Amino acid sequence: MTAKIKLATVSLAGCFGCHMSFLDIDERLLTLLELVEFDRSPIDDIKHCGPCDVGLIEGGICNAENVHVLREFRKNCKTLVAVGACAVNGGLPAQRNHLDLGDILQEVYQTSLGLAPGSAIPNDPELPLPLNKVHPIHEVVKIDYFLPGCPPSADAIWKFLTDLIAGRTPALGHGLLHYD
Amino acid sequence: MIDTALATVLDRHRRDGTRLMQILRETQEALGWLSPDTLGDIASAIGWPRVRVESTAGFYSFFHTRPLGQYRVLFSDNITDRMLGSHELMQALCKKLWLEPGRVSEDGLVSVDTTSCTGLCDQGPAALVNYRAISQLTPERIAAMADLIRGKVPLAEWPTEWFHIEDNIRRRDALLDHGLAPGEALTAALARGPQGLLDEIKLSGLRGRGGAGFSTGLKWQSCRDAPGKEHYVVCNADEGEPGTFKDRVLLTTCADLVFEGMTLAGFAVGARKGLLYLRGEYRYLLEPLEAVLARRRQAGLLGNPIAAHGFDIEIHLGAGAYICGEESALIESLEGRPGKPRIRPPFPVTHGYLDQPTTVNNVETLASACLIARHGGAWFKAIGTEKSAGTKLLSVSGDVARPGIYEYPFGVSIAQVLADAGAAGVQAVQISGAAGNCLADDEFDRRIAYEDVPTAGSFMVFDHCRDMFEVASNFVHFFAHESCGFCTPCRVGTAVNRRLMDKLSAGHGSPYDINEMYKMHRLMQGASHCGLGNSSTTALFDMLNKFKPAFERRLHSLEYEPGFDLDSALSQARQMTGRDDAGAHLREDE
Repeated sequence: MTAKIKLATVSLAGCFGCHMSFLDIDERLLTLLELVEFDRSPIDDIKHCGPCDVGLIEGGICNAENVHVLREFRKNCKTLVAVGACAVNGGLPAQRNHLDLGDILQEVYQTSLGLAPGSAIPNDPELPLPLNKVHPIHEVVKIDYFLPGCPPSADAIWKFLTDLIAGRTPALGHGLLHYD
Repeated sequence: MIDTALATVLDRHRRDGTRLMQILRETQEALGWLSPDTLGDIASAIGWPRVRVESTAGFYSFFHTRPLGQYRVLFSDNITDRMLGSHELMQALCKKLWLEPGRVSEDGLVSVDTTSCTGLCDQGPAALVNYRAISQLTPERIAAMADLIRGKVPLAEWPTEWFHIEDNIRRRDALLDHGLAPGEALTAALARGPQGLLDEIKLSGLRGRGGAGFSTGLKWQSCRDAPGKEHYVVCNADEGEPGTFKDRVLLTTCADLVFEGMTLAGFAVGARKGLLYLRGEYRYLLEPLEAVLARRRQAGLLGNPIAAHGFDIEIHLGAGAYICGEESALIESLEGRPGKPRIRPPFPVTHGYLDQPTTVNNVETLASACLIARHGGAWFKAIGTEKSAGTKLLSVSGDVARPGIYEYPFGVSIAQVLADAGAAGVQAVQISGAAGNCLADDEFDRRIAYEDVPTAGSFMVFDHCRDMFEVASNFVHFFAHESCGFCTPCRVGTAVNRRLMDKLSAGHGSPYDINEMYKMHRLMQGASHCGLGNSSTTALFDMLNKFKPAFERRLHSLEYEPGFDLDSALSQARQMTGRDDAGAHLREDE
């Protein structure tokens, strides 16, 4: 093994649950640190991703910023992995897809009870606009691998990463695939 | 309090749950639809849990658990119907009736939708109105149909010529020219005795005409040898493969031969009961077939303990599920359940209908057995090729001057069939329906035979004006609709393929999407539970290989492409916030 693998991770429209499960690999994190170097990730707070070997994406795509970040990852990562149910399918955030976005914004900011007088839908250019629907990430960029689960267990994440680092096509097999 | 019409139906079927399909169909014919109350009444009458009745009622396309109008118009959506303008005709009818496809009109009068191939490809575009087949639709017929529906004219008073179905037999050979009088083959079989008949069938080399080509002699012998209280013969007339209509013609012109073939099979395997499973699309054949059965009973050719070894036949109607062409799904349906294929083994020959030894044979196979009983196995074996004895009926449709039924001895070349049918400038022939292989013009010297190009009989022709992507797309949509949903590779795989084809069709495609379809093909071939999943990508795979430019010309770029338009996905948020700054847009090339 010559250089360390460069690894970046991010949570888009997710709950950080997959990242928490990632941390659940516990002391194996130390072994991992001998094999990989982290680029952008909540673990180090680097703000933009540079050229990487592997990118792990948690969460689907619910707003314009998600699209920009996902594109940045795709541009920089040789291998891009959809991690968890939201990245793979849209997951829980996609439950809003049967509602009209305009109706949601109106109800939340203008018509529901208890709003301050003069409340309006936020329109600051700093804020990313929500998309009409929540999408799984493979509908926006090419995804190389899918790691399902809500969240994928620490063992599944560990098996997946060690396979990838060792140059094997990741295969979870029985016991490591959980959809519930 | 049970509705009187429902009580009559229930009594007619002795409140027997295994007859649920027929109970549901007849109830729906009487009451218009299957309401929750009706299903509850049926469940308690047959002593089944309500959920089992609901799962059967919900599985089949032709059963409605909500009102779908006094008139239900279903346009046959096979590619051959589309090529004849069915889509435009459906739009025209909807426009005249102020309707959207798939929706019931506000007054509850009518709904218009599509259905899988109705087996009228030689005389399309076709439709079913309240499950009665109408062929040769034209803009004039559609205009008149809209008036009849709006005027609430009963179907029985519609022009009778609309319901006339042509046989279109273009070439006859040993089977269609059988020349046998009713009972002739049966008398010959009785003289040979059951084992003697079986030996002749084996000697003849007869193989299943439904596509798989299994040895009929071996199947009958295994069924005969299997222990069981009863043995059964099932005739598979669930001719659902898109582009096939030969069984329809056999049942119209040679019904005696088919029923006699079933009687022979019963004699050979030791069965007293035969069941003919007729696809729901051929509902109009039910009364004529019942009349043939009645005539045969009167002539002592059915039910008679000596001349017919006590054998009798009953007709079961399907309800619009392609999967029921698979023999174990068909048996499930015969027993009143959703048509989901069983796990095999055990095979139907040992554990079939009601768990008893059952032989399931194609209509054409059974008809062919009559020739063997009469003329002997050696005579039959001399027809055709070494491994494919006898003749084959081909249902020829698409871009030919003379669509219809062509019977040839096995071994005929594709080019010969095309020449006889008057085809010119052909780029592709789809063999054996949506589940079969697609042959390009450099393969037209290949021959129809189990050892070269096996087929269940569908033969759809596409000339150089046709876009093969549209053909592939039609088949992919067909399988996504017809997957029974039992196993994940097929349920999800057919849906993924549909999404990918729609993405290409909408101009969002990339080479990755094409690769994904190749991957799906490899996965579904091995991992699916039954033949439907295994064969659902055969045509797509052939077309991707042989007509790749038809797919590639739809690609948006050679890079990955999103499955939807990103900038317009921000449209509602832009509208609600009134923003139009750079951050409120997603450019394609960022």
